[in-house]
Amino acid sequence: MSTMNLIIFIVQQMMNFSVPLLIVALGGLFAERSGIVNIALDGTMILGAFTGIMFLHMVQATGAETGQFTLLAALLISAVTGVIVSLFHAYASVNMKADQTISGTAINMFAPAVSIFVARLVVGVQQVTFSNRFIIDSVPVLGKIPLIGPMLFQRSYLTTYIGFAILVVSAVVLYKTRFGLRLRSCGEHPQAADSVGINVYKMRYAGTLISGALAGIGGLVFIIPTSVNFDANVSGYGFLAIAVLIFGQWKPGRILFASLFFGLMKTISAVYTSVPFLMSLSIPSDVYKMFPYIATLIVLVFTARNSQAPRAEGIPYDKGER
Amino acid sequence: MKGKGNFIERQGFRSALASIIAIAIGMVAGLIILLISNPAKALPGFVAIATGGLSNMKYMGQVLYYATPIIMTGLSVAFAKKTGLFNIGASGQYMMGAFAAVYVGVKFTGVPAGLHCLLAILAAAVVGAVWGSVPGILKAYCNINEVIACIMMNYIGMSTCNLCVQQLIFDRKKNQSLQPVASAILPKLGFDKIFVDGGAPSSVNAGFVIAVLLGILVWVILEKTKLGFELKACGYNRDASKYGGINDKKNILLAMVISGSLAGIGGALYYLSGAGSGIPVQEVVAAEGFNGIPVALLGMSNPIAVIFTGTFMAYLTQGGLSMQSYGFPTQIVDIMSSVIIYFSAFALFFSQTIEKLYKRSKAKRAAAAQTGKGGDGK
Repeated sequence: MSTMNLIIFIVQQMMNFSVPLLIVALGGLFAERSGIVNIALDGTMILGAFTGIMFLHMVQATGAETGQFTLLAALLISAVTGVIVSLFHAYASVNMKADQTISGTAINMFAPAVSIFVARLVVGVQQVTFSNRFIIDSVPVLGKIPLIGPMLFQRSYLTTYIGFAILVVSAVVLYKTRFGLRLRSCGEHPQAADSVGINVYKMRYAGTLISGALAGIGGLVFIIPTSVNFDANVSGYGFLAIAVLIFGQWKPGRILFASLFFGLMKTISAVYTSVPFLMSLSIPSDVYKMFPYIATLIVLVFTARNSQAPRAEGIPYDKGER
Repeated sequence: MKGKGNFIERQGFRSALASIIAIAIGMVAGLIILLISNPAKALPGFVAIATGGLSNMKYMGQVLYYATPIIMTGLSVAFAKKTGLFNIGASGQYMMGAFAAVYVGVKFTGVPAGLHCLLAILAAAVVGAVWGSVPGILKAYCNINEVIACIMMNYIGMSTCNLCVQQLIFDRKKNQSLQPVASAILPKLGFDKIFVDGGAPSSVNAGFVIAVLLGILVWVILEKTKLGFELKACGYNRDASKYGGINDKKNILLAMVISGSLAGIGGALYYLSGAGSGIPVQEVVAAEGFNGIPVALLGMSNPIAVIFTGTFMAYLTQGGLSMQSYGFPTQIVDIMSSVIIYFSAFALFFSQTIEKLYKRSKAKRAAAAQTGKGGDGK
């Protein structure tokens, strides 16, 4: 493989790792900016991927043609699933003023168990299969651009562009709208927000439900390019997304950087066998597998001097308290 | 109010009652799921979950055997939580501890029996502590959120453990680690005579006793020592404790070191049981570490309570295995556990409701007594 083709291949692969992380971390961003720590991202991803894949499995079982519109419908189903799941988290965190790690942990336990249970009940086996007919060989016009075309617009997925669209929309919503300002104020100082008439409970619900929708979508986006069946897990990507969120200092632009960085590291560790130089070193594959995580820690050491975490995250808001 | 007055007026009783309510809701949820999936066998299946862990002596032993590692990871998470740290990295510490213990167990032949397994446990504690110290150092000195560092260390631990097992102590046929030699296996302490069913002993061993003793030790450290006081002070308010002359950085590091060693010992106790399981080589972060989180949360991070919640979760696991004979998947038990944990988050709400109801009935009684008195005085 020529160096050029190798770079193109790495960028294409990188998108498969980076985009789901980007989407889910942005989901986490909405929740944490509103003051709710959503450790349930992993479980929400699992359930979102489960219903989405289940839908594709059933449509494909009927023999119907599945194209990009079916994929969009599946994404919508995943998003709705995520919203429903996160309602439970929001209720516990906002109304019950519960410790947010508890209900999050409960959802993370619940998700794989329930998807295996339902899959066995409906499909008969634990793994839900689907056939991947969603890859776009070349986007019209854009795919013809030299260099950038092959990297970003050939052998790509619609979900990649949706991911970037979510990034842009999220940044605009958070920083350029009244809703975004209100949401962020609830994560920084809910008492002050309340005093000027913002409904903190409502804002925190909104943040958590948006995070659920994005995590649900992210689950499906992760499974489709990387697998041929869904086996009740998303390889811990929900936890990695939390890591990306923290790495990205709770800011959309930095989250993009963090997810691209992590995706690149992950790709290098996955495709090193295609690089003759790396192969010739005959280093055990486990060393490459550790690489993304070690690299992330090292980068953090140099960048994370002052944490930008929302001040009030994880603290239940009680109107009566001062 | 007297400290030991009425039952309901005591905080401990109210939180215990809240946990019982959560468990009851979880049980009902389990029953409903059983009814949906197979109404005919739902009732015997439910009985199997509820009583499976007590149905014979062997199963009772198995409950304690399953409880051992999750008590340890539960203690690990609980200890860190008392210091205000969320140790989501117990999995990595557990796996590295398991590797260290098995390595010593396989390679250090010729060491006397009692000493050998102590050495293996010590090695696990040290390696677990090292693994826990990384997030500790990063948190204390580089201000890196411990959650992200712990998640990274889980994956690094998984790959390191796979690498080390494959390079040093690999059983190629079974794709897992070799078995520790007999002198490194934890003694049975006569448990194999007690927890027997039809000649088949359960796998329970001294590990459970060690876990319980360590749970008590952790409680003593937290509640009765200066160190524990300092650690908890850091957990409540890092700035205030710093102002009060406590070295917050040292304490954060220390908390993660102790927390990591507890999880590491958990790995040792599980793989030195002599039950025949080696460390599997797989691309999955050990579940025992994550299961420590619900155990700790359900026990409200109280080390003594963690011993009980760990045993309870293991009891449900055994119940799930018993239930399988009725054709139900074990995932039903996981669903039940998750419902229980979810509702345990409502502890505050339950506890307040109980208090409110109690106060109302007390007020009513007082009012009744008042009017009664008024009547008498006429």
